[in-house]
Amino acid sequence: MTQTANAAPGTGAAITARALTKSFHGTTVLHPTDLHVPAGEILVLLGPSGCGKTTLLRLIAGLERPDGPDMLRFDGEDVSGVPVERRNVGMVFQSYALFPNMTVGENVAYGLKVRGLPSAERRAEAGRLLALVGLEEHAGKRITAISGGQRQRCALARALAIKPRVLLLDEPLAALDAVLRERLRAEIGLLLREFGITAVYVTHDQAEAMAIGDRIAVMQAGRIAQIDRPEVIYHRPANDFVADFVGTMNRLAGPVRDGRLVLDGGDTRADLPTGGPDREAILCFRPEAVRLRDGPGEGAILARITATTFFGATQRLLAEVAGQVLRLDLPSGLTFRPGQLAAFSLEGPALLEFPRNG
Amino acid sequence: MGRRWTTWAGIGLTALLTLFLILPVLLSIMAGLCVNYARGLSSGLTLAWVGQVLDLYLDTILRSLAVAATTLVLTLLIGVPGAYALVRRGGPLARIVEEVVTLPVAIPGLALALGLIITYGGYGTFRQSTLFIAVGHVLFTLPFMLRAVMAVLETIDWRVLDEGAASLGAPAWRRFVDVILPNVREGILAGSLTVVTLSVGEFNLTWMMHTPTTKTLPVGLADAYASLRLEIASAYTLVFLVMIVPLLVGLQMVAGPQRERIGP
Repeated sequence: MTQTANAAPGTGAAITARALTKSFHGTTVLHPTDLHVPAGEILVLLGPSGCGKTTLLRLIAGLERPDGPDMLRFDGEDVSGVPVERRNVGMVFQSYALFPNMTVGENVAYGLKVRGLPSAERRAEAGRLLALVGLEEHAGKRITAISGGQRQRCALARALAIKPRVLLLDEPLAALDAVLRERLRAEIGLLLREFGITAVYVTHDQAEAMAIGDRIAVMQAGRIAQIDRPEVIYHRPANDFVADFVGTMNRLAGPVRDGRLVLDGGDTRADLPTGGPDREAILCFRPEAVRLRDGPGEGAILARITATTFFGATQRLLAEVAGQVLRLDLPSGLTFRPGQLAAFSLEGPALLEFPRNG
Repeated sequence: MGRRWTTWAGIGLTALLTLFLILPVLLSIMAGLCVNYARGLSSGLTLAWVGQVLDLYLDTILRSLAVAATTLVLTLLIGVPGAYALVRRGGPLARIVEEVVTLPVAIPGLALALGLIITYGGYGTFRQSTLFIAVGHVLFTLPFMLRAVMAVLETIDWRVLDEGAASLGAPAWRRFVDVILPNVREGILAGSLTVVTLSVGEFNLTWMMHTPTTKTLPVGLADAYASLRLEIASAYTLVFLVMIVPLLVGLQMVAGPQRERIGP
């Protein structure tokens, strides 16, 4: 995409949801949810399918009606009862939703045509947006004649053309292959920031969420489990669902006595200081939070390596401690053989503990 | 390696069957063009019989075209938005409506006509008008338009197209006209050809419903077969074929191999 300086300045509206709720046929798909998205922020809704993220997006769009009045405001104005066509929101769909009966240029200009803009003006505006997404040479082509990545850029240009108050993107990259997805997500992130538009972006891909979001709302079973900046979500997940969904998390379960979790598996062993009262605990840490050390002792994990996978700069070890499996990421310069014992220590405040689920 | 004998037998059998079916049509056409059918082709060829048919029955030919055109307009007006409404609405109610609308196809045309006459026979002007015939044809052809359009609607992702257009600010009627209609064009075309073909050829219903001033071509054909010499009746058949065959060919072409289509 070409970067130009004449993109519209921050035109977004702030979104405020208060006890926003949605049920279908008596089943609650979105439990009362409070949410504030400041103008110009990119909020990513992240979660597995069926967690309510798409419902929340469609409620903000006006494609679904909330259960009650005054549950949703744009810049303080109640929009709960305003249908999608009068809400002035830009939508980008996973399946593009481009109109096959129109050219690329006509698709981008359609929203302006509906708004009654004269033909010359809307052609100029569509041209400007197509240039912004690098499709200026394709304006006259049919939708069938351009690639998947180009279609999604066209859809983005079409949504931005109407100068929406809020831009909503529903898994926009899910239909594309991995390489294209990674490139396009960087481009979309840049473009959204350049426009300064308020955006809500739905995905189930945590890497995409990290790359694009100013904040991420991780959703679970119709509720927001945690909403925060990507670094906080990653390093300080609010519960083990979030911890598991965002990145890989190791777990060591066992008894804590005198402020230490001690696991004794004969030749393998863990001895980790935790503090707190005696209890049964699950301690969690990220695979990259370990360092190789000389030998066992306090604060160490002595594990048996069972397999190694080469990833380039790093290698992923599968290791076993007292019958529990760990995944550990270490620099690939180190050599490990399956079957050997190795001692690791945890870096910094890497150890997390979540309350046990009933 | 030559073809196997079973292939040749298959070709032979198909040819025989085709001949069996097409021979009456060819003989009928010949009868309409012969000076004297009893003496066969040796009596010479003439367009005189066709000329007589046009003299005697031009009004039925034109009326058939008018009925077909009226039927087409009405089925388009009712059928296309109706198909969209049924697909949009979905659920058991939509299926019940679809079944009810399809019922006239299963009911004998005579019974359907009787029902219409009993109900509207009292409205003299309507009863005696060509429109009355067209209304009967609409009842009978509407399901074909509905199904053709619904079939195409089910292959396009109309919901996401509709939502896309809505997010761009288009009100419901505009989304239907700008985005739905152009993308179900093929279904509308196929439905239209079916409706016109069925209407032009319809006999049962029309025979029961017609008055001396509202005869259509097939009703006229029955008259001609019953009361005129064979050559004129055959020439009349020829005129009918000239009208209907291009429609059937068009139908084949539209319903033929699907052209490239994309999801939205």
